[in-house]
Formats: sequence, structure tokens, C-alpha cells
Amino acid sequence: MSDAANVLEVKDLNVTYRTSSGPVPAVRGVSFSLAAGETLGIAGESGCGKSTMAMSLLRLLPPGATATGTVLLGGEDVLTMKPGQLRAVRWSQASIVFQGAQHVLNPVQRIGRQIGEAIRVHQPSTSTSTVEARVRDLLSLVGLTGRRSDDYPHELSGGQKQRVMIAMALACDPQLVIADEPTTALDVMVQAQVLSLLADIKRERGLSLLFITHDLSVLSTIADRLAVMYAGRIVEEGPARDLLRGSTHPYTQALAAAFPTIGDASSRFMPRGLDGDPPDPADVPSGCAFHPRCPVALDICATTTVELRPVAGDHQRRAACVHVDAVTGAVS
Amino acid sequence: MTETASTLLSLRGVEVTYPPRRRNALPARAVDGVDLDLRAGEIVALVGESGCGKTTLARAVLGLQDTSGGSTSFDGAPVPTDASGRKAFRRQAQLVFQDPSGSLNPRQTVYDIVAEGLRIHGLRDREHDRVAEALARCGLRPPERFFLRYPHELSGGQRQRVVIAGAMALEPRLLVADEPVSSLDASVRGEILNLLLGLARDNGMAILVVTHDLGLAWNIADRIAVMYLGRIVELGPTEQLLAEPKHPYTRALLSVVPEHLRMEEQILSGEAPDPTKIPSGCRFHPRCPLVQSGEAERLGIVGRCLGEDPALPIGGHTAACHAVAITQ
Repeated sequence: MSDAANVLEVKDLNVTYRTSSGPVPAVRGVSFSLAAGETLGIAGESGCGKSTMAMSLLRLLPPGATATGTVLLGGEDVLTMKPGQLRAVRWSQASIVFQGAQHVLNPVQRIGRQIGEAIRVHQPSTSTSTVEARVRDLLSLVGLTGRRSDDYPHELSGGQKQRVMIAMALACDPQLVIADEPTTALDVMVQAQVLSLLADIKRERGLSLLFITHDLSVLSTIADRLAVMYAGRIVEEGPARDLLRGSTHPYTQALAAAFPTIGDASSRFMPRGLDGDPPDPADVPSGCAFHPRCPVALDICATTTVELRPVAGDHQRRAACVHVDAVTGAVS
Repeated sequence: MTETASTLLSLRGVEVTYPPRRRNALPARAVDGVDLDLRAGEIVALVGESGCGKTTLARAVLGLQDTSGGSTSFDGAPVPTDASGRKAFRRQAQLVFQDPSGSLNPRQTVYDIVAEGLRIHGLRDREHDRVAEALARCGLRPPERFFLRYPHELSGGQRQRVVIAGAMALEPRLLVADEPVSSLDASVRGEILNLLLGLARDNGMAILVVTHDLGLAWNIADRIAVMYLGRIVELGPTEQLLAEPKHPYTRALLSVVPEHLRMEEQILSGEAPDPTKIPSGCRFHPRCPLVQSGEAERLGIVGRCLGEDPALPIGGHTAACHAVAITQ
């Protein structure tokens, strides 16, 4: 799927953390692409490598981590860029909305100044009055009044702070926004407000959105396509609606079942989940990393790793499971 | 609801007011008159946005938070307020907190954590057996394997099981669980919810689950109480309440739950309001879609919405709303 229209193309991305007890592979061969105007949701549980993957896309990893593979952003490889070029790419081509806005904003700076900072750094010739006007525009875009520009973070509620983070991410008009659990700490009603805001902005500006979360139900409302990660790998990907309705990989099925549909009689008094816990990245099981928890594992799963395979009948969907026939894509 | 023999816990007009933090500030009415009954073997989910007072109410039920009004009775008798009476009550009513990592002492072994309650309540006989039983019942089998482990050696799901086992060792009749799975991974939640369901079904335990997650309520709760700004605004059996919500707040809450795809999204503006400034009339009226759309005006009740506090009627599935009262 090498396509000029792709805003982001990731090929065979591996990220390894160096620790005192040896190397820990957090991301193990991830490939995907994101078209202009598309929203790709990345779902997975804690420790599956989704946040590490997001950080590596803009080379924001801590010093102990090494990333290999290619991350093509607008056709250029982020992983081999010179520092100056990297600075130019961050914010203006791609920006990140982090989880926990509470801790990301500087508590002793007015929010207008913090939003304007990205503009001043990337477009130093911009006059002060233009920066101020842009900040006011950005605030109104995220549904806050221009007056809020003089507020300090503590004067805002959690939802408002997350709106400020989104305004900041849009300050330099990027093509791609990476949102890492942007609604996790928020209440359902405020989460719905932020999600509909993101969807509106995305539509208006033709943004591409990479939306990372542990909450599969959130992705059902916002994502076009979905990739599910387990132990540093993508185990299934495809159109969001198909994947949530009828998934192929046993892990996706289990994850989807953990978010019950209200009104679905089969989940009433039947909470579902998996035995055991998500694996420790320092001690990933051999073969298919999911085999110790898999209800349909075969002996071969403990020794063989299966790459993503197209699923029959749906050329857009791929799953990494022995139960998908390598040739025909038939699911057994 | 009449107080039948099987009613274990009964709240009547419970109020909790936090004193003002600064001079000139107003007191916060976190819980503002709650009536709720809980029967043995029943799971009731208390749902609402953060700041609606659901955690405060849960703490008040267990006497961990002083109430400023109303009464709580347990097993037909008022909950004692003296120290020894409270201690006896707490043996019967246990709490499971949200974050298992924060509520376990990192320097205690699993055995000591589970045995601590037994020791506090002077249940020295059969301590070893009771601890082993509680752990096994919570799915930590064989229990002996876990006795000498420390919390950091356990996974998140196992830690929450240890917390529940600590509560279970005392064989309480009431369990209050405050967001018992919200800090756990999705695939691990199922086993904890199954455990709670089993405790209610097999041991006749009454469980009050405090949660913001309506999907969880659908999974395990017999009844749901929806709380808004210190008051229960809708109460009913889970199926009925989720299929045909009556209160406009419940309808809005359900419409934004991604698991509920059949409703048109109705996003309320603003955040949950401030318990120091509870609006007059119906406390929901400043955010109410019925008032905003003019529907309340057409029904001729807008004056009451703004001026008269609706009560929660007695019944199986009821809502504290003037519009519901006149359309039925």
C-alpha cells in the first residue's frame, strides 16, 4: 500500500528499550499507513506498545530507546532526519495530543502564551498581534472564548484543558494529529464533547488522525480504520465497523466482548474477559504472543509467529492468526 | 419501596455537606437527600458523572464519612454511631476501592493483607483457613502459593482480587465497590465482574457498585440508581432503565455511551455543575434538553422546572422529573 496520498507510512517499526535487565522489545515489527483525511484507531491494553509506537513516530522516545524501520511522514523518513529538519516537522507537519492534559500544561504560564509558543517557534517572523489573533481563532475553534487566553491552567476544568491541548496541536496547521488517550481521564459527557469536537475539526480541515486508546468503544465512534495491538504487534486491522461487529482474531473478539453492548441479552449477567494478564514486554511468550491466553490456540501457536494475512471475503481486513488460511484467507 | 424483611440496607434522606474551604465560600452539598434500599443478594449500580456525589455517598453508607442529615439502617436497625457499634457494623459492611495498587500496603504479604481484618476484629481462630478460603473464593488458587507474595509481584487483576479477598475474609453481608475495575485492563475486567456476580448470587451478598460505566451496570447490576448533583434522579431495574430511560439526564448519559448505538447523540454542554451552587427548582434544569428545546414550555411545566424541586416517586422504575410526572 505505497500510496502518494498517504500522510504517514510506517514500515517494520521496532522499538527496544535498554534496561538494566537487558533489552525490552516494546514494538515488534509494526507496519501501517494513514491516508489524508483518514482516522486510524490503535487499540490495545497497557504494555502493548501503543504509546511507545506513538512517541517513536516523532522521535520523542527517552534516550534509552532505539527505533528501527521507517516512518515516512510526507515522504520523508523521520527516523533518519537531521535534528533541524525534525524540529521543522514536529508541530507543523504532525503534532501530538498527550494523555493527561492536566500534567502537560505549564501551570505558571497563561494558556494563550502556551498555545502561541508553537507558532512563535516555528514561524518566528509572525508578529505578536498575528500570533494573538491566531490564538483567539484556535480557542474559538475548540469552543473556548478568546478571553480564556489569559487564564492559567488551574482556572480550567479537565475538559477545557484537553480543548487547550487540541488547540495547541493545531497551532501550526499540521496534516497529522496523533492523539494518545486524549479522553481517558474525562467524564463520559465531557469525553463525548471532546470526541465530537475532534471529529468536526478533522472534517473541516481534512486532518489525518491517529487515535490511540485502550477503550475500543471510543474508537467505534471516531475511527475509520482500526488496528489492534497485542505485545508490540498489530494482530488485526481493518474497517472499524467490521472489526467491532465481527472480528477474526481471538484477541480482538475477547477485547470487543469486554465492552458489552447495552441491550444485548447475551452479555446480561455475563461479563466476559480473558484469563490471565497482558504479557510483560520484558517476557513476551514465544510464537504467537497471545497463545497462553488464547481459547483456540493450537500446539503450533507456541512456536510459530504468524504475520498479518488478508481475511477472505474482505480484502481490507487482515489478521495475524493461524486460523486464517494463508492462501485463501478462509477462517477456520 | 416498602421495607421488606430482605432489605439489608436502607437509606432515608441521607445528606453529606462539606464545610466551605475558605471564608465567604459556600458549603458543598455533595449528597443532598438520598433514599435507597438494597436487598440481600442484589447488585445495585450507582452511576453518574464525577462530582455527582456517588463516592461520597458510598463512604457515607459505610460510616467513613459523617452525614449531616438523614438516617441509615442496616438489617432493620439504625447503624450505630458509637465506636464499638461502628466496628461491629464494619465487619458486616466492607469496601473495595478503585485502585488496588494504592490500597495495598507494599510491605505486607498477601497473607497479612487478607488476615488484617480478621485480626482487627479479633477472629483469631481458624485464621489460616479463613485466609485460604477467601483467596480461593476470589480465584487465587492454590491460595498457599500467594501467601508470601508481595503486591508488586502480582498483576493488576490479582491485586484487585487480593483487595476483594481482604474484604471477603470477614464474610460481610454488604460490599461497597467503588469503581472496582476502572483501573484494570479491559480483558481482565470480566473475571473481577464475574467474581462480584458470584458473591451476590451464591453468598447472598448485597453489593453497591459505584461506577461511571453503564456497560458494567448492564453486565452485573440488578438495579441502577442514576445520581445527579447529590440526588438520585432515576432508579429502576437495569433492563427497564437502560431500554426506556425516563429522566432527560439519563437519556443524555445513555446517548453518549458508545456501547449504546441505537440513540441519537445528545451531548450536554458544560461540565457537571458545582455542589456549592445547586440550582433552584429541578437541579438539572440549566442543562435540561426539555427546558432548552421549549418542550417543557409546551407541556406547561417550565415554571415548576425552575421553581419546584421534583421528588423521586416511590415505585419500581421512577424518575424525579416534572415532565415524567405529568406524562404518566
